[in-house]
Amino acid sequence: MITLTPAEIDALLLSLRISGVAVACALPLAVLTATALALGRFPGRFILDACVHLPLILPPVVMGYLLLIGFGTRAPLGAWLYETFDIRFVFSWTGAALASAIVSFPFQVRAIRLSLENVNHGLYQAAESLGAGPIDRFFSLTLPLAWPGIIAGAITAFAASLGEFGAIITFVSNIPGETRTLPLAIYTAIQTPGGELAAARLAALSIGLAFTGLLLSELAMRRIRKRNAS
Amino acid sequence: MSISVSISHQIGKFALDADFSIEEPGITALFGPSGSGKTTIINIIAGLTRPRRGRVQLGDRVLFDHARNINLAIRKRRVGYVFQDARLFPHMSVHDNLYYGAKRNRLKLPASDQQDIIEMLGIHKLLHRQPNNLSGGEKQRVALGRALLANPDVLLLDEPLSALDQARKEEILPYFESLRDQRKLPILYVSHAIDEVARLADQMVVIDNGKTLANGSVFDMLGRTDLAPLAGQFDTGTVLPARVASRDPKAQVSFLDCAGQRIVVPYLGHAINTPVRLHIRARDVMIARTPPAGISANNVIPVTITRMAGSNNDTLDISLAFGHDLDAIHTGPTSDRPSIHARITSWSANRLNLGLHQKVFAVIKSVTVNGHLREQ
Repeated sequence: MITLTPAEIDALLLSLRISGVAVACALPLAVLTATALALGRFPGRFILDACVHLPLILPPVVMGYLLLIGFGTRAPLGAWLYETFDIRFVFSWTGAALASAIVSFPFQVRAIRLSLENVNHGLYQAAESLGAGPIDRFFSLTLPLAWPGIIAGAITAFAASLGEFGAIITFVSNIPGETRTLPLAIYTAIQTPGGELAAARLAALSIGLAFTGLLLSELAMRRIRKRNAS
Repeated sequence: MSISVSISHQIGKFALDADFSIEEPGITALFGPSGSGKTTIINIIAGLTRPRRGRVQLGDRVLFDHARNINLAIRKRRVGYVFQDARLFPHMSVHDNLYYGAKRNRLKLPASDQQDIIEMLGIHKLLHRQPNNLSGGEKQRVALGRALLANPDVLLLDEPLSALDQARKEEILPYFESLRDQRKLPILYVSHAIDEVARLADQMVVIDNGKTLANGSVFDMLGRTDLAPLAGQFDTGTVLPARVASRDPKAQVSFLDCAGQRIVVPYLGHAINTPVRLHIRARDVMIARTPPAGISANNVIPVTITRMAGSNNDTLDISLAFGHDLDAIHTGPTSDRPSIHARITSWSANRLNLGLHQKVFAVIKSVTVNGHLREQ
């Protein structure tokens, strides 16, 4: 039985916490955005679509830099948040969660949107003729039918934010126990002379996590296909 | 509850001008070829499609009025819509599907009525199943139940049988019949299958190429030879009211009385004196100059030729009024005698030397007569 060192456990738990908080906070917004993109017809839909996908194509370091510009304690928005709500993102694990949430947001939106677009539009007409209003239809049809997609999106986003490196190290630096997630710990181990074994152990841990995430997401996707086959 | 529809709509180059009203409860068939605009009309009644101009009224409620800028929301129209593809909610059990509309409606049916509907449709054993595991016929029955439980003012059926094979159709048709006979609800039934219409409908609105050509009782409409081409090459026919005169379960036949004429049909379960509806297709009727002997066909009816028209180059549609006692004067189209239609080849008409007002015999095989239907 291989036991983990306290530093490894720290990095693992921190990674799980940051990714968990990132996905949980982004999820409601992702559902709303995906619903708007999949079912809504409004001007600016294309621009919203582009903004959502921006983190996918921007280099993560640029994302981190932009976050630093926007949420640094001396930046207007960051200063205001710090003074009014005592929320500080820079050099804190909450900042890492913010960076992870933004970077993994497109993964959530894409999966949820896909499952929403798969819902037979005729079902909404049927529900409407049976007396259901728009909000009623959202909760009685849209959400439950998109549920497997929401789960799949959350798992994919969780896995993606576990691997986030560039945005985190740029925005909130590499502080042990605060912002040193698994990828940052691996990077640190490689930079340290004689840290090859430590790096290998952390890498194995990451690979195990990634596989678990992939497996869960595949199971959720199977449920979608099974249901949509009806 | 009456329905009146007077609308015009444009989809690309296709122009729809529908104008009809229905005063009676019972089934009204919207009949016409594919692409004639039938489904668009019920979509307009349901509010799924907004017409360019016109007015739709259901009882004393105006659902749509272009002139007064009224367009009632779909969910407030109180229409029960049964779609061609059932559209059951896949994530809900049959029970939750059935009560989806009922839960959202303020004017609820009494629980006993809800139970009656579920039993009438024979779906009480399916309540805990998921829609995925239902057959096509079961899905349509659940969809029908779901629409009925919402207590609508009108039921709209969009070719509910077209996706089913013949066996499944036979499984569902009796439910539509009991629905028609038990619930005082106007039903609009979209169909291009003349057999279904002849069997189910009371009233009929004939639609072709976006125009309502005629509307009236099924008996009148199906007897009109000018509309016959719409019924299709092989399905032109006549629907006649009759009643069960006697029956012989041992011999497996029933004897019907149709305007004094005895007609033998395969055994029907209906009791003596039950009104039924005969559907006789023109292609199933033979014409003989003299009463044929030694023939398997059970029905040899004395008739008089009242009309002969070529349906195309090689076939003739011949109208035959019951009886040999008709004077030439009374054989016009206004004759109140029941009449049936025969479709024969022109060659055979020439061979027999058939002519107007001639007294001949119509020969009809019992097995070709559809007599399943009870009238209200």
